[in-house]
Amino acid sequence: MYSEKVINCFMNPQNVGEIPDADGVGTVGNPRCGDIMKIYLKIKDNIIEDAKFKTFGCGAAVATSTMLTQMIKGKTIDEAMKITNQDVAKALDGLPPIKMHCSLLAEEGLKAALWDYAQKNQLTIEGLEPPESSEDEEHAHSEAAE
Amino acid sequence: MIYFDHAATTPVRPEVLEAMLPYFTEKFGNPSSVYKLAQANKKAIDDARATVAKILGAQPNEIYFTSGGTEADNWALKGMAEALRKQGNHLITTKIEHHAVLHTCEDLEKHGFEVTYLDVDENGLVTPEQVEKAIKKETILISIMYANNEIGTIMPIAEIGKIARKHGVIFHTDAVQAVGQLRIDVNRDQIDLLSLSGHKFYGPKGVGALYVRRGLPLPSLLHGGGQERRRRAGTENVPGIVGMAKALELAYQDLEAKTAKIQALRDYMIEGIYQRIPHCRLNGHRTLRLPNNVNFSFAFVEGESLLLLLDMEGIAASSGSACTSGSLDPSHVLLAIGLPHELAHGSLRLTLGEDNTREEVDLLLEKLPLFVQRMREMSPLYEDYLKQNSSAELQK
Ligand SMILES: Cc1ncc(COP(=O)(O)O)c(C=O)c1O
Ligand code: FES
Repeated sequence: MYSEKVINCFMNPQNVGEIPDADGVGTVGNPRCGDIMKIYLKIKDNIIEDAKFKTFGCGAAVATSTMLTQMIKGKTIDEAMKITNQDVAKALDGLPPIKMHCSLLAEEGLKAALWDYAQKNQLTIEGLEPPESSEDEEHAHSEAAE
Repeated sequence: MIYFDHAATTPVRPEVLEAMLPYFTEKFGNPSSVYKLAQANKKAIDDARATVAKILGAQPNEIYFTSGGTEADNWALKGMAEALRKQGNHLITTKIEHHAVLHTCEDLEKHGFEVTYLDVDENGLVTPEQVEKAIKKETILISIMYANNEIGTIMPIAEIGKIARKHGVIFHTDAVQAVGQLRIDVNRDQIDLLSLSGHKFYGPKGVGALYVRRGLPLPSLLHGGGQERRRRAGTENVPGIVGMAKALELAYQDLEAKTAKIQALRDYMIEGIYQRIPHCRLNGHRTLRLPNNVNFSFAFVEGESLLLLLDMEGIAASSGSACTSGSLDPSHVLLAIGLPHELAHGSLRLTLGEDNTREEVDLLLEKLPLFVQRMREMSPLYEDYLKQNSSAELQK
């Protein structure tokens, strides 16, 4: 069901963990539907120097957050803002349709961490909107709850 | 490969395959035809019917072959609902049935029937009293599974059968997971209809049976030719029927000895997991449980990740029901026994078979704790838990 790259990223996850003195931290998702994503960023001179994640999610969530954190390291904030979940999925040789939302979780996690960074430093980042409250957001799953 | 998913399906036994093979080639005749080639096949079906009947304590003419457990469930529910519509429109079932029953009930609701879905307790049990309380004068059918496919809980079927009989309500049971593992007697348990499926007891897929107590006015679900005494149309799946009967016969040879061995392995696995992995919970009843079922929830981890890691070691298991793996929703069974969503997501079902060994269980017991720990280290929920606990320590 998963591509070899997804399995590889899942088996050898990169950038798992916390950054104690992170400049931005974002948590998204909803544990009630099984998925939660936390992303930590270290940012200096507008450049993402380090990124780490933790997730309570499936194999695809682990793989997409590994890929995303790798893709954004060393990038400017504007460059990172342009990366979409589609790009991440493509870099993984695709995801099963039912698992596309897992890659969205990684993208949303990144945006939430950037938002946190912008708030703390009173910056505006072009194109960045406040993350929806992760508490009551029903993370869209393929089959409606029974 | 280490196969711990026997509740999903089982391999066909070599003896079963051998019994089936001639019916694909030289014994290919249509049982409805008149010549000898065909009549021998009619006899093969009759023999299979007698075998199935004997094991259930039924009469041969109470057994109808179907395309599997799903068809048997659909037929029993839709058929009896239609037949008894004039008497009432109310059905009773439980919240933890297989989707073959639950989705059929939902379909009946669309057609004007009312269904009571009984709650189960934290072990997955309904009580006979609950069933009795739910019966009203419009009640025409009670459908309660013999044993649950996810958590293995065995329902008090004989007591429920007694209550159904006392109130004159027809009683169906989905015994797909129980047949081949438990001794069943439709008269002892006062069962009126019973579904079973060949591929759960080392028989072929795509074949099953419905027991229908003599005299029940069950109409056809499939219309067409006059097969199965005009009740279930369609040219018979002769190899499948022969294979299923052979598999059933084998399953009940030395059943008690086989059960004792599997159950010992099950208990060894349960104890081993409890000992090695903190923050886990056995789902389902500790003793009123299928001999082959183990189902655990591990806090802070997600089930699919565990399945992938186990698969890398060549260990096949499942998280919730195999039939629901296309959906991402937590299992309805685990929610019904009261698990919060994140614990339901972190569930792992391991179902044993006759060929599993202690060495295989030992390998699982070696690997699983590492995998659970590995996923916990990635989990923000575990991180929160550790932080809360250490701050609680400080406050002491
Ligand atoms: C309890 C139960 N009922 C019904 C079924 C469906 O049986 P089948 O796969 O033969 O259609 C299954 C198995 O998947 C089951 O476990
Ligand atoms: S994280 Fe939701 S199923 Fe993948």
